[in-house]
Amino acid sequence: MLELQNIMKCYNPGTVNENLIFQDFNLSIPSGQFMTIIGSNGSGKTSMLNLICGNIKPDRGQIIMDGENTTNMAEHVRYKRMGRVFQDPAAGTCPSMTLLENLSLADNKNKAWNLTKAVEKQRIDFYREKLKRVGLGLENKLDEVVGSFSGGERQAVALLMATITPIDYLILDEHTAALDPKAAETIMQLTAEIIQEQNLTTLMVTHNLNYALEYGDRLIMLHQGEILLDVCGQEKSKLKLNDLLNKFFEISIEVGNAI
Amino acid sequence: MTILIGIFEQGLIYAVMALGLYITYVILNLPDLTVDGSFPLGSAVCVALIVTGVNPVLSLIISFFAGVIAGIITGIIHVKLGIRDLISGIIVMTGLYTINLLIAGKSNVPIFEATTIFNNDLLKQLPESFKPYRVLLVLIPIVILCKITLNRYLHTKSGLLLRSVGDNQNLIITMAKDPGNMKILGLALANGLVALSGAILAQQQRFFEASQGTGTMVMGLASVIIGIRLFAKIKSMSFPMKVVLGSIIYKAIVAIAIALGLSANSLKLITAILLLIILLISEHGKKGKVQVQQYD
Repeated sequence: MLELQNIMKCYNPGTVNENLIFQDFNLSIPSGQFMTIIGSNGSGKTSMLNLICGNIKPDRGQIIMDGENTTNMAEHVRYKRMGRVFQDPAAGTCPSMTLLENLSLADNKNKAWNLTKAVEKQRIDFYREKLKRVGLGLENKLDEVVGSFSGGERQAVALLMATITPIDYLILDEHTAALDPKAAETIMQLTAEIIQEQNLTTLMVTHNLNYALEYGDRLIMLHQGEILLDVCGQEKSKLKLNDLLNKFFEISIEVGNAI
Repeated sequence: MTILIGIFEQGLIYAVMALGLYITYVILNLPDLTVDGSFPLGSAVCVALIVTGVNPVLSLIISFFAGVIAGIITGIIHVKLGIRDLISGIIVMTGLYTINLLIAGKSNVPIFEATTIFNNDLLKQLPESFKPYRVLLVLIPIVILCKITLNRYLHTKSGLLLRSVGDNQNLIITMAKDPGNMKILGLALANGLVALSGAILAQQQRFFEASQGTGTMVMGLASVIIGIRLFAKIKSMSFPMKVVLGSIIYKAIVAIAIALGLSANSLKLITAILLLIILLISEHGKKGKVQVQQYD
């Protein structure tokens, strides 16, 4: 269970650029839930993920992870149990290292970083198996430098790297947004498979409303730091694209934007 | 022939320093100016130890660790206190000038008569025809040892993590590791090698001189870039090997410049201009990993 309790977050307080993101934000995500998050720009989606990951700290309130208060925990410590895939495909891999080295790096998470060989030969078959499943032919590119890969290939590698060790939480920050439709589809399917297989508690921010509807068992819509819509299970599966579009339309008029 | 031997001697001594710079500039992508202070630090420590009769090999090892400490201090100032990398290096470099004088006792300490790795009973037994090569005979194994050790290290789990810090720092955080600690480790290793290089130079030239370190960073950077750019196409050659060759080539270029009539006094100017030219050339044909413009 991941809980955000009474979160207050304000950027640049006391200046002309003051930006109150959350005033009193509450959210709890039960273990094993796959939640999709939508909302317009500036609604607090990415801030929420950053708060959970520890990239930013709340001004007030707390973050509880399975009963443990992680509010003041260092960012890298939280990642012992979390994986994250970013929007930018370059963010999730080391460009100058080979695919094999990248996977070996990710595979060693939470283990000792000692003076034994970086690449464990007996793990190569395991990596090949994982790569084969992606269906992009990456299993034949183990010795190639990841910097030469396409965005889709890189994102597939980033996803595999984030989930190659046992984790409890997966944070997806618009991870298909920078990809072409076909690559996005491949990555999204792979994501869903991995989440189900490893039973990961997942938070997926997306601008693709179809993905938000199609995947996951809960959907929330954020607007100005508040949850405008929160549906799960049966109710979510009944939700239609038009319902979401109407909701976006409503808030657009509310804030005075004409579409 | 003497010139050629000189080039190789100088090239190999400074290659150890260039290997250190390779760690900070290329692997960590971090401009470290500590080296201008840690190079003479190695020299000062080594000379001070030899004067008191410490074994020359042991003094090399202790000098290495003196450099490690200097690197750790720069790392802590940069990572833990949040001072910019460039400034952190300058602070430690400046402070080291005084520290070096304190260690050595004065700004110029000769050890002409002392036993060194290049001047000992074992080498004196060499046949007369080998005499001109005695420095090389000692240097080559040392440099090979440094090169192989570094290369091996870079292919260990710890080395892999170090390489990834310069490549994608944010990824390391998601690997549940603090990139700051890896930077400190990298700076420690790098400055250890630089100090070792300074100590070797002190034993070869048989004196410590407070200004021995001036221009170390520029010289080392030039060597690293020459090596990596020139041998970019040779995939089978390890990066440390390229750096070692780069250092020798760099010394050859300087020797040619002097042979062409440029005075030894203009050495630093030659170095500076040379680095500028190398940077301009490598920036135009940019493909390798050396990104020297990221001084932010």
